[in-house]
Amino acid sequence: MNSIIHPLLIIIWKDILLEIRSKDTIISVLVFGALLAIVFNFALNINPRQISEIAAGIIWVSFAFSAILIMNRTFVREQEQGSLDGLLLSPISRDVIFLSKVLVSFLFMITIEAILLPLFAAMLNINNFSWILLATMVLTTLGFATVGTLFSFMAVKTRSREIMLPVLFFPIILPVIIGAIEASRGSFGIGYEPSWNRWLPLIAIFDALFLVICPWIFSYLVEE
Amino acid sequence: MSIQNEPKNTDEEFRIKEHWPLVHLPKYLAVLGLVLMTINMYLIFLVAPTDIVLGHIQRIFYIHVPMAILSFLCFFIVFIGSLGYFGVFQVFKLRSIKQNTWDSVAHSAAEVGVIFVTLALITGVIWAKPVWGTWWTWEPRLTTTLILWLIYVSYLMLRSYARSTKQGAVFSAVIGIVGFVDVPIVYYSVVWWRSIHPSAVIGPFSESNSLDPTMNLILWFSFLTILVLFAYLLLERIALRNTEFDLARLKLLRELKRIR
Amino acid sequence: MNSSVIPLKILKIIMAKHNSGTAISIQGLKKSFGANPVIWDLNLELKWGKFLALFGTNGSGKTTLLKILASQIQADSGQIIISGYDQAKNPRAIRRNIGVVGHQHYLYDDLTCAENLQFYGRLYNLSQISKRINSVLSRVDLEQYSGWKVRSLSHGMQKRLALGRAILHEPAILLLDEPEGGLDQRSLGILHDISSEWTSSMRSIIMTTHNHDLGNRWSDNIGILSNGILRTD
Repeated sequence: MNSIIHPLLIIIWKDILLEIRSKDTIISVLVFGALLAIVFNFALNINPRQISEIAAGIIWVSFAFSAILIMNRTFVREQEQGSLDGLLLSPISRDVIFLSKVLVSFLFMITIEAILLPLFAAMLNINNFSWILLATMVLTTLGFATVGTLFSFMAVKTRSREIMLPVLFFPIILPVIIGAIEASRGSFGIGYEPSWNRWLPLIAIFDALFLVICPWIFSYLVEE
Repeated sequence: MSIQNEPKNTDEEFRIKEHWPLVHLPKYLAVLGLVLMTINMYLIFLVAPTDIVLGHIQRIFYIHVPMAILSFLCFFIVFIGSLGYFGVFQVFKLRSIKQNTWDSVAHSAAEVGVIFVTLALITGVIWAKPVWGTWWTWEPRLTTTLILWLIYVSYLMLRSYARSTKQGAVFSAVIGIVGFVDVPIVYYSVVWWRSIHPSAVIGPFSESNSLDPTMNLILWFSFLTILVLFAYLLLERIALRNTEFDLARLKLLRELKRIR
Repeated sequence: MNSSVIPLKILKIIMAKHNSGTAISIQGLKKSFGANPVIWDLNLELKWGKFLALFGTNGSGKTTLLKILASQIQADSGQIIISGYDQAKNPRAIRRNIGVVGHQHYLYDDLTCAENLQFYGRLYNLSQISKRINSVLSRVDLEQYSGWKVRSLSHGMQKRLALGRAILHEPAILLLDEPEGGLDQRSLGILHDISSEWTSSMRSIIMTTHNHDLGNRWSDNIGILSNGILRTD
């Protein structure tokens, strides 16, 4: 177990340290998220009665696009600096390298979501939160990070780097987005039948499935 | 990971194997398909009874349903081909199948599948407008078919945008596997979502499928026809892909002979 | 310049015990990119304590060969045994035993020299990391730049740090891909000192280079990569 946790923590800490030094990813994505909130407001012309119906949708679409941005930035920079190659030269197992990238993306995403959520809450005038919302955020973001890391790794190596990731990502991640919206709907709105007990297990199964498949696929991919 | 099938003798590498199913069968299938399709058209337009409720437009159903089902079969083949490419089937007789062959099968099935699912979607939309009054509805089967279309189009896009043929093969094999595994999850999540947000449209799918026996028979015949079409397209495309690989290999060997 | 953490004598004993065979043994290696047979039926034997210089024109496959040895690229077929381990069966053990200096420096721009070495030291699970870092930094003459970010170092200094990164875990085999590029006289001297240290402690080095003079002077064996195979002296 130690040979998994130890390198994992080392790599994660290094990436956090890099981000603290440069601060470029988190700040730019935060600004993007805020801009999305503003654009949505004008695009949908939300009146107070409708908010609870569409709040969940707006928030999760914004989170999904922010996730795409984070992963694009991380991997484009990785590719340019050759940092992944340095890791691959070391005797660390490929699965561990993949999982460390997933966890780093997860941490960045959850941080941004935690900061954007109050912002959206203020703009959309919602104020009931629950632990279900937190569970939804954690599970969904884990799903984003797992599938997104694998696809980013592939996407940045192709000719159309930035556009390939959303094209691959959204069709596959759709069940997770539907699940996230439906599970958190009860938290945001009044008069909604809470259905998280059906949706959260779906997201959890998705996560479990892809946390098993993706590292295996990644190990194969880096061998060529 | 050692790669299989490297012949020891260089001269052996020049030999190109001819497989009967790929070289000769497609011709017969093409002829058979032509005959069957002619009969099929006759059956659909002149023999099939007109539906009382829906009218003549219902006839598109005979094309739409087999296309949809066969496209799912195609994507299953993509899944198997992608797994085979990753070396999952390295057991018994299957060990002798070259990695490139698995890739040929997966790629060809994806192309044929995308054609069929596009046609299924188009025929579905043509059917929907007069029948449901709307071009589109977010009904589970339709939605899943659309997502399927997106996933396999992204499969083909990935191949185009990859920096080399090998990279394209490996990356799209990933999508072939991940996409197929994801489809049931997509379907069920849309079904659950629909149960929460039911649409006002009650489509023909929701009615119990008790078909007139004549219609049933014609549907099966149509299915057979399109199955022959599918087999022909698939085998022809696999043969073409294999030829592309052989050509690349020959170029490689020619280059080798030149510098030695 | 014997400032390594592990005393030379003990290192020799470790190497002798480790395996009495050759450092690197390649048989029937093949690698092609599309229609280009870069490496075809390549054989190579490198004994312990020897320095092999690889020459070859651009595109002759030198970098490809090195990347295959470093397990960054997969060969199409062939057998590779490094330090007694079969690359197909035990790649992780091999990675622990090789140090690579490539065209990319594998360093993080926003971290300092010391932090970079500390990261890799921890990753390789090394003991006495601070002592090793100080020793390595002094060997590559970057001691006073220990707290500088890699971004602010010159290209030559970055290459020296990359060399330091490669030797940090005292690998049995060094794989150097055109390391002399962009190095000044003093840096070349440092590189030569380190390679001498390696060969005298019965460890091996493969270095690709365009500089025939350098390669001839420094190496024990010479190999020329052309038409996919290696001709050795």
